[in-house]
Amino acid sequence: MRLAARHILDLESMPVEDVRLILDTADSMQEILSREIKKVPTLRGKSVCTLFYEASTRTRTSFEMAAKYMSADTTSIATATSAIQKGETLLDTARTIEAMGVDMLIMRHPVSGSCHFLSRHVSASVINAGDGMHEHPTQGLLDLFTMEQHKGSIAGLKVAIIGDILHSRVARSNIWGLVKLGAEVRVAGPATLVPPELEHLGVKVYHRVEPAITGADVVNVLRLQLERQQRGLFPSAREYARYFGVNRARLGLAGTDVLLMHPGPMNRGVEIGSDIADAPFSAIRQQVTNGVAVRMAILYLLLGGAEA
Amino acid sequence: MSQLLIKGGHVLDPAAGVDGILDVLVAGERVVAVGENLDGGDRVLEARGKLVLPGFIDMHVHLREPGFEYKEDVASGGRAAVRGGFTAICCMPNTQPVMDNRTVVEFVRGQAARAGWARVYPVGAISKGLKGEELAEIADMRSAGIVGLSDDGKPVASTELMRLALQYAAPFDLPVISHAEDPTLSQDGVMHRGRVSSLLGLKGVPAEAESVMVARDLLLAGLTGGSLHIAHVSTAQSVELIAFYRSRGVRVTCEVTPHHLLLSDQAVRDTWYDTCTKVNPPLRSPDHVDALRRALREGLIDAIVTDHAPHHQDEKLVEYDYAQFGMVGLETAVSLVAGELVGKGVLDWPQVVALMSTHPARILGVEGGRLEAGGLADFTVIDPGQKVTVDPKDFVSKSRNTPFAGWQLTGAPWGTVVGGQVMMWEGTLTAR
Repeated sequence: MRLAARHILDLESMPVEDVRLILDTADSMQEILSREIKKVPTLRGKSVCTLFYEASTRTRTSFEMAAKYMSADTTSIATATSAIQKGETLLDTARTIEAMGVDMLIMRHPVSGSCHFLSRHVSASVINAGDGMHEHPTQGLLDLFTMEQHKGSIAGLKVAIIGDILHSRVARSNIWGLVKLGAEVRVAGPATLVPPELEHLGVKVYHRVEPAITGADVVNVLRLQLERQQRGLFPSAREYARYFGVNRARLGLAGTDVLLMHPGPMNRGVEIGSDIADAPFSAIRQQVTNGVAVRMAILYLLLGGAEA
Repeated sequence: MSQLLIKGGHVLDPAAGVDGILDVLVAGERVVAVGENLDGGDRVLEARGKLVLPGFIDMHVHLREPGFEYKEDVASGGRAAVRGGFTAICCMPNTQPVMDNRTVVEFVRGQAARAGWARVYPVGAISKGLKGEELAEIADMRSAGIVGLSDDGKPVASTELMRLALQYAAPFDLPVISHAEDPTLSQDGVMHRGRVSSLLGLKGVPAEAESVMVARDLLLAGLTGGSLHIAHVSTAQSVELIAFYRSRGVRVTCEVTPHHLLLSDQAVRDTWYDTCTKVNPPLRSPDHVDALRRALREGLIDAIVTDHAPHHQDEKLVEYDYAQFGMVGLETAVSLVAGELVGKGVLDWPQVVALMSTHPARILGVEGGRLEAGGLADFTVIDPGQKVTVDPKDFVSKSRNTPFAGWQLTGAPWGTVVGGQVMMWEGTLTAR
């Protein structure tokens, strides 16, 4: 089985068959991760480069671990220590890396659409590790994987996505993935942090948190991007925590078997109560583990699929 | 005086009451006669099957000189204009140095005279340095040859400065051309705010960023009695506001671009963030596009302009947020209007003549816009049946930033005559 596309840029245009294939492949990758010697030779001789124009702990490390477990060679470029500081353009940087023989570029970038732009100008596979406010497809996939792990099937599941929807690439990837797999998606956040006409994507939009959480099977809490407060889109972190934060009382409105998720990094006590973040119904740490399996699946399907 | 005879074309000028297969006789830079079976002419040009129209005037062009000659200059832009079927263009003052004084106006006019392609009518800055703080030397620029005032590219954020401009300019018969944009609403938006910006995660500019300012400027035009021209109208509300205040006697005109009539914000999604779709005002949602087309058909819009905004490839081959705003238009406008507006029944040719020649001349107070004996011999000759595929590599402009690459259109500029000089014929530029 092969993926339809050479790049992983967004879940909007990913066929549902490819979503399914990645999730099923990730299932078998989990087995590798549980072995004592977590290394398979599948991607020996392949080279993967991470190119991050934004800070990241989990996503970049997750990709690098995934590549290493599969024996690919990895290089990472962080903007702070590269020629990007000398004013080199994205295109020149990418072509320079490519000229050294890289098979895959994994990029995070603050501007929406940058991975699509890059994919038109390089021959390596491009993986979007988060582009601006657009998408974060591998996060979306690992969230789907985590939900399936706990709930069996996503079809019919009531999933509430809570928080700063406007700036969230995680929200958009979750929405597309969940809608494709048949979930009932609700999004909620302060009216100034929800983008216009989101209903067209097939979701229910709320500007208060409570009705979105009520009866939900999964509550996925988004990080409040505190730097956005500069623009005055909401009055204060204090007010946000009190009226839009997910705490134990609000989570009580959800279904009895609710699954709590958060893509990290968390602002404890702001968008998510510290006590519930570490509760048994929280899958937050498991999301991180699953991230490695999902990324191994993607690397395998894009770089190793031919030999398999 | 040398004579030129253009024979057998479909000569059309509703304002002059001309519509038929006719000959046009030119002596020097003026039309001598329009009629059947005319004789004479040292040079006779055959125009059978072609439309012979009063010269098209593009009243919104960025020529980039002085300061940004790597994007375009007066000569290359003038040549692109002629290639695109325009006999005259207005150039905007956002140059470096800014065209906010007599010296720069005279320089640009001199460059145009030396280049000798299309007529170039400079538009002077409203405010010194486009800073939006104090009025530029408007009367002095008027005597140097400007035909209008604009801080185009930037809004006049100060309501008081806009009031002063409208009041001060009125006795000099200069329209104030408003780039209507509330900067606190547009902020750092890069596309229309709506369904598509939501799904692409790009910062949006609401339609109201324009319409709020259009409303403000209409009120100020009413207050001062000044003459207001709204540049590149892109929203349904703007059109409604203009129609309403015009009916109340406010002196207002407006223009629209082919790209706002033919493309919606969906183009940003369809091309996955192609920076050639990035323009200010942004490509709007389909409901706005429909409203603009309706208004155009109903005669609520006065002019079609290109807002030709050349940029170097390096300024477009970057991330969407970092790309410059703007697209070239001089060499695609006529084919887009012919193929997509006339060809699809939105407009007829008499309306096109009004929108691209008669009205612009009237708004600017310049000669032209009429094809009649005694008038300027400025003609746009169009082959309405020619099939073209837009290929930026064919452009004679220095820049190629168009969202229309690959479009297949019917109808193309075929001849351009400026002041009796044949600048282009049979689609080929005359060597100069």
